[in-house]
Formats: sequence, C-alpha cells, structure tokens
Amino acid sequence: MQIKLALPKGRYLGETSALLQRAGWGLSGYHGGARLYHLKSKKFPNLVAKIFHEKDIPIQVAVGNYDLGICGLDWVEELLVKYPSSALVKIRNLGYGGGSLSMAASRSGGASTIDEIRAGSDVVRIASEYPNLAESFALKFRLRRFNVFPLWGAAEVYPPESADLALISEGINGGLSNGDLVPVSNVLNFSACLIANENSWELKDMDEVLTSIGDNLVVGEQRPSPIDAVRTPAAGKYPIRVGTEDTIRLALPDGHQQLPAIQLLNKAGILVDDYPSSDGNRRPTTNLAGVTIKVFRPQDMPLQVANGNFDLAITGQDWLTEHLYQFPSSPVIKLADLKFGKVKVVAVVSNDLSVPDVHGLRQLSAGRSAPIRVASEYVNIADKYARDNHLGMYRIIPTWGATEAFLPEDADLLIENTQTGRTIARHNLKIIDKLFESTACLVGNRDNISSSVKSQRIKSVTETLQAAVEAA
Amino acid sequence: MRVQRCKGTRDLSPEEMAGFRLIEGTFRDSCLKWGYDEVRTPTLEYLHLFTSTGTLTSGMLGKVYSFLDWDGWSGERVVLRPDGTIPIARFYIDCMPEKELAKLFYVTNIFIFEETGKETRERWQCGAEFIGMNSTIADAELIILALEVLKKLGLKDIELRLSHAGLIRALLVALGLSGEEQAAVFGQILDGDVEALAGVKSGKSGLSRALTPLLGLEGKSSGFLKNLKTLLPQNLPELELPLDDFISVVDLLEDLSCDYQIDIASGRGFEYYTGMMFQLFVDEERVGGGGRYDALIPSMGGMDIPASGFALCLDHLMNLVKPEALAKPPGEKILIKAEPEAMKEGFNVAACLHEAGYVAEFNLGGREIAGSGWTLEVRSRAPIFILTDQVGHKKFEAQTDGEVLKLLAVK
Repeated sequence: MQIKLALPKGRYLGETSALLQRAGWGLSGYHGGARLYHLKSKKFPNLVAKIFHEKDIPIQVAVGNYDLGICGLDWVEELLVKYPSSALVKIRNLGYGGGSLSMAASRSGGASTIDEIRAGSDVVRIASEYPNLAESFALKFRLRRFNVFPLWGAAEVYPPESADLALISEGINGGLSNGDLVPVSNVLNFSACLIANENSWELKDMDEVLTSIGDNLVVGEQRPSPIDAVRTPAAGKYPIRVGTEDTIRLALPDGHQQLPAIQLLNKAGILVDDYPSSDGNRRPTTNLAGVTIKVFRPQDMPLQVANGNFDLAITGQDWLTEHLYQFPSSPVIKLADLKFGKVKVVAVVSNDLSVPDVHGLRQLSAGRSAPIRVASEYVNIADKYARDNHLGMYRIIPTWGATEAFLPEDADLLIENTQTGRTIARHNLKIIDKLFESTACLVGNRDNISSSVKSQRIKSVTETLQAAVEAA
Repeated sequence: MRVQRCKGTRDLSPEEMAGFRLIEGTFRDSCLKWGYDEVRTPTLEYLHLFTSTGTLTSGMLGKVYSFLDWDGWSGERVVLRPDGTIPIARFYIDCMPEKELAKLFYVTNIFIFEETGKETRERWQCGAEFIGMNSTIADAELIILALEVLKKLGLKDIELRLSHAGLIRALLVALGLSGEEQAAVFGQILDGDVEALAGVKSGKSGLSRALTPLLGLEGKSSGFLKNLKTLLPQNLPELELPLDDFISVVDLLEDLSCDYQIDIASGRGFEYYTGMMFQLFVDEERVGGGGRYDALIPSMGGMDIPASGFALCLDHLMNLVKPEALAKPPGEKILIKAEPEAMKEGFNVAACLHEAGYVAEFNLGGREIAGSGWTLEVRSRAPIFILTDQVGHKKFEAQTDGEVLKLLAVK
C-alpha cells in the first residue's frame, strides 16, 4: 500500500532531512536547493514524498491528499483553531525547531498590556501570518472591536504605527528581540511535529515508517532552531521615527525585488541607507525630506495602503490586482508603472492533461463529477478566473509557494506567475492561458491625502520615479 | 452531476411551510394583541456587535459565520446574524433613541455552525423583546405570552423551567472563583451543561459545603426559594438581591396559576442575561427560552436601559405542532377548465373568484388538484360557465362572472 508523505521546505528542511538521513531513508533530492518536489525513498519503495511550503502541509494532510506530514505545530493549530473538525491527528512532537508564538504590543505605542489594550475604545488592529490564531486570541480575550490583517510575513515591523498587536513567531531561546515589542500573551509553544490524516491513521498500516522516524529522533534535546526567517532585528537598533502629519510613509519590498527597486530609486536621486539590509533592518532611512520607510512583503502592501497605514508603496501589479479583486471598491490606485520585475500571470495544467486551452478545461469540468481544484497564491485572481470561465464546480486551494508541486495529483489547475516559463516546463507542466502581465508599480490611496503638503509630496515622489523610469 | 442542498441546511416543503406559517401567524397574532410591534433586522451585521463581553459566549462565537465583505479591506468582518436579540438591541439604540419603552417582536432566521447533524445551521426564531422596563411584570408578561402561543398551537404538557443569571453569578462570586473561572463556568451553564455548577470546586471549603447542596436543588414554588434564603450563610448579602428578585417573579407567576419548576443549574441561555431566565420544554424538547438582560443595551453604547425577552424555536415547534388539527379550513377550491378560445374569460372569472375569497386555479395538462370542491368549465359558446359540484355531482350553468359567484354563494 502506498504511503504519501508531505515534507517541509524552509525552516525545518535541514533538521527533517538530517532525521530521515539518520533513519537511512535514502531520499534523493531533499535538500535546500531542491528543484524537483517529488521524492522516492530507497528504504521504503512504497513511500512517495513531496516537498511543500510548510503552511500547506496541514491542509494537504487534512483533506487526505497525504497520509503523513511533517511541519510546525503552529501551522497545525492555525488550521485546527478555525476548522476543529479537520481530519487531522497529531502523532508526535519531533523535538526540534522549538519556538513560540507571542502576541506582542509596542512599548512606544502606549498600551502594552492586554488590559490596557482592551480598555481602549479604538479598533484593535492585529497583524499576523496566523490570522486564525489571531482571531481566536481576540475572541478569547473579548476584544470589543478588532481587525485582523493577514500577512505574508514581517509581522514584527507593523507595531506601533500600522498595527496595535502583532502575533509573532520566535525561536525557543529568543525573547522578542525587537526592543520595542513587548509580549502581552504567550499564544502557543511549538516545534516540528508529525501529523497524519485521520482516515489513514485508522486504516493504513504505516507502522514501519512511523517506527523509523520515532527511533531516530534525538531524545531529550531541545536545541535552538534555525528559524532565522522570522527572527526580528536586534534590540532597539533601528529607531522608530514618528513623522508629522505631513510625513509620507513609503513601503518598499523585501525579497528579490529589493535590488531593482533600489536601482530605480537611486536613478531618481532617492538614496536609501541600508536597503537591502544585511542584518534585517526593516526601517531604513532616506535623504528625502518628510518620508519614512518600512520594508515588508509586497503581497501585504495594497491592504496596508488601503487602510491608510502607508501613503505609497512599491508592489507588483499582480498583488494590486489580487487586492482589487477581493475588494473592488478599495481606495488603492496605481500611480506609476515602474516597469521592473516583469512576470506573466498564467493558467497552468499538467502536460499529461489533454487540455489545450481554457475552453478544454470547461469541457473537462462539465464532464466529470469531481470539482476542478485550482491551486494558487493568488486566491482572488484564481477565484475570479474560475468564475469568469464558468468552471462549474471548482475549489480554490490557497498555497504559500512551490505551487508547481501541486500538479498533477493535488490540483488540476494553477494560477501562477512566471518569468521565463522554464520552471513550469521543468515540472512537466504547460501554460494554457495568459491572464495578464505584471510589473512593479507605485500605489497610493485615493482617499488618504489629508493635507496639501502631503499630496504635493506624493505627487513629487511619483513624478520623480516616473521620470527615472522613462529615462531608463 | 447532481445538484445538492448545502450541508447543514433544510428545505421547507409546502406541508412544512403550512406549519411554519401557522406557528408564525399564531405568534404574530398574540404579540400584536399584547401590544408588541414587528421589526425585521438585516441578515448581515458587523461581527463586533457580537464579540464584546456580555454578548455571546466564546463557545457560540466559535460557531458564527463571519467573513470579509467586498469592501472589508479594513479587516472589519461581517457575520450572518447568529442571534435574534442583539440586533434588536442595536436597532433600538440606532433607530428609537427617543423611545423609552419599546415592545418589539420578530420572526427571523439565525445562523450557527453545527457539525453533529442534529440541528440545521439556519434556524428560525420567533422572538419578543420588552425594552425599557425592569419589572417583574414585564418578565411575567413575556412568560405568559410565550405560554399563550404554545397553548394556542395546541401543545400540551408544557414545562416551564426557571433560573436566574444574577443568582448564578452571585453564587460563583461567593464560591471564591477567579474572574476567569467564573466566566468559564457561567459560559458552560449557558451553553447547556447542567453539571457545570455541581462540578465547581470552591476556593472556600466551608462555603462550598454550605452552597453546593443548594445548587442541585429543584423546587416548584416560591416557598422553595424562600426556604433556600433561610439556609444561606448570614454573611452573604450579595446573594440576597438576586434571590429577592427571583422570588418576586415567581410569586407573580404563582398568583397567575402558572406551573413552573425552579432549576438553578439548568440555565441554557446567553451571556447577556442578568436576571430571571426561563426555558420552555414540550415532551423534553426545548422549544424556547428567554431572560432579562439589563446590561446589554448600555454595554453596546446605548443608555442605561433594562430589557428582557424570549425566543421560540420555530424548527422545534414544527416537529410538534400538527397543522392539520389547527388550521382553519382553507377557502373553497375551484378548478377552472377553460377552452383555449375562452382563456380571456377564464382569467377574468379567476380574478373575480380570488377577489371573493375563493382559491381558483387552472386545470393544466390534466394535473389533478387535490381538494377541489368545484370544477368550473369556461367555454367559448353558451353556456359560458358550467359549474360542477365535485362532491354532490350537480351541474349549474351561468352566463356571467356574477352568476357564478351567486351560485357559489347559494351553495
């Protein structure tokens, strides 16, 4: 009987790979540079493993696509707190990668205990990569009015200006290392854990695989985990600059858009100190008067601009579109096309599927009883695409990266971005439709220009950047 | 591909709708006669209306249907109404600022996630709220109104169980529980856990010995509560106020010859209850409940306005009420068989018959319509109308709509 296992990318890859090596599984290609996501084990020929973004693993196991999975307990609880009847069994704590989730407030934000926050009359804004746990926290502590900002990352940079609370993941030996953040409540302690689908657990004989994992755990040793991806900058090193009413708050992208972004800014004569930062500084300074800068995920920017937390942001057309499909009357507008970071957003199926175009997909949908499974990081773009193309019964599977791995077993269609199409081809997939082309863009809020000084400044920054784009 | 009904929902068939309308109509009729006005609030409300302390228990909040609306970029969630009373309180604060006293009723659906399959996720409620008066008369009026509706629906062996939220809260304080423990136990009781109170471990062991036996007691008269009062330790004045309030409601019910049972631990209800709570059972099935909620309106930003109310569970009542036993015989049914050339006359006579209070419909495609007492043939030549008594098998002829009506009136 085949056993299907979902293995994590990212923070737990190293230790999970070491564990399976100790157990002598002979998994080929489970390492940091893994380019293919389907793996076979020499020791267990009936085992098929696939590499996923960790956050996808509890969902994949719960829906029964995988019998077993390894991921952080934090992502398991994020699913269970919202969907307690998920068909998921927590089998064992694997002992490595320990950490905790804390709800944190800003020292400089005024209210720094949960009672003080509760006593305030304003809406409590909570920023988190764990929106379900954040909501559960708010309900448990009976916050009168709260809004949860779901994030792709960098939650620690939001308080105090852009959020009142942030739910932050920290390594087991680290406190909240950002000097300004103070924990108001510990929400969860977690480490890597082994989970199983409830049906598989009850019906399948997985004894050998489970024993092999259990026998090779490092017992009783709680080691610090490599959770650098979520570790916050050193204490108090980067001061929070609170501007005046006329100050423009600019959001710059982290990740691989940093280099082209700084090149364009420099060409426009805008200098930004320590961006990209080698040690995780998310509040760099600039020579532009009256402008403060924060660095975070481009995915999260349109929502932040819509809420007036930022006046300008450099994000992608794809994420702006995703936002506007979810909130059609949002006040976020594109101010300038910055022309770098060009990608195509495309519809992708497996080469094994004899579907040439979206029309073929519609026929496929009409001719079968199972729903069309659409996997995408762009949930709202994918939903609108499926709706507009009348895909009948369909389900959107939200993913957090490595979406190519879902085809063909775990999804029928992807809505993905691609630069060259090479990754898609390498995974034996084909493009059947092009939705739109996306480049980096400068976005702003049409309702949020509170003073003429500010609107002048916004106009000036926009024009400067536009001129630099045209000069290129 | 078969199109399925959404999980956790139910369809109401014509027969079930007849029962539904009967219950609704009986409820509306009684409320109007007691001077209540009908209101209807929207299906969508903001989630925050239900999240602050003193509204819904955490257990219920974990089962609401909430989501971001198309303009919800601020993160402000909306919810499919999970409760009938809170929106009415919101409506009162919002739309009736000048009115001190408001007696309102509603028939509405509420939405709560339920996974056992025992209940639907969309439930119908008939509710009445008495806003603006903290008086035992108001509490008694609501109970009498609820009982009146159930009796009019032909239900027998109605059981009324009484408890008191203020008394339970005071007991939990007296038992020395921490704030968090008090909230947890109170929440369990409200969610229907009748063992919750008995399971409380008091921080003060002497008190626990004195109070715990009281919690399990059940009684059937105000004398019971008065006896209970004498058993209380002298140093617990905080229990006296809610107990006196409870006694006064029960005294009044007794004067009204109303049967009831006092069962303090059985207090299914809402976190916003502050005083008397009641539940109604028929054949061990809970068909309704209510209570006093003096703190709800002020906690939602309104004035310091007391209120109490109740709701009947329409879905449960539909299982118990036999509509055929109660429904008035419907108006006489007439089946119109019109020749194709005489359709105009057919429609005209149908309109006349409807105006006169008859149920009249066309016979289409040979479909037999049950319960038609009369058949009316409509022809293009004289006699235009032939009326047949299906029961007596007699035939009558007529030339005009008026003659048809006269023939029917004579019969």
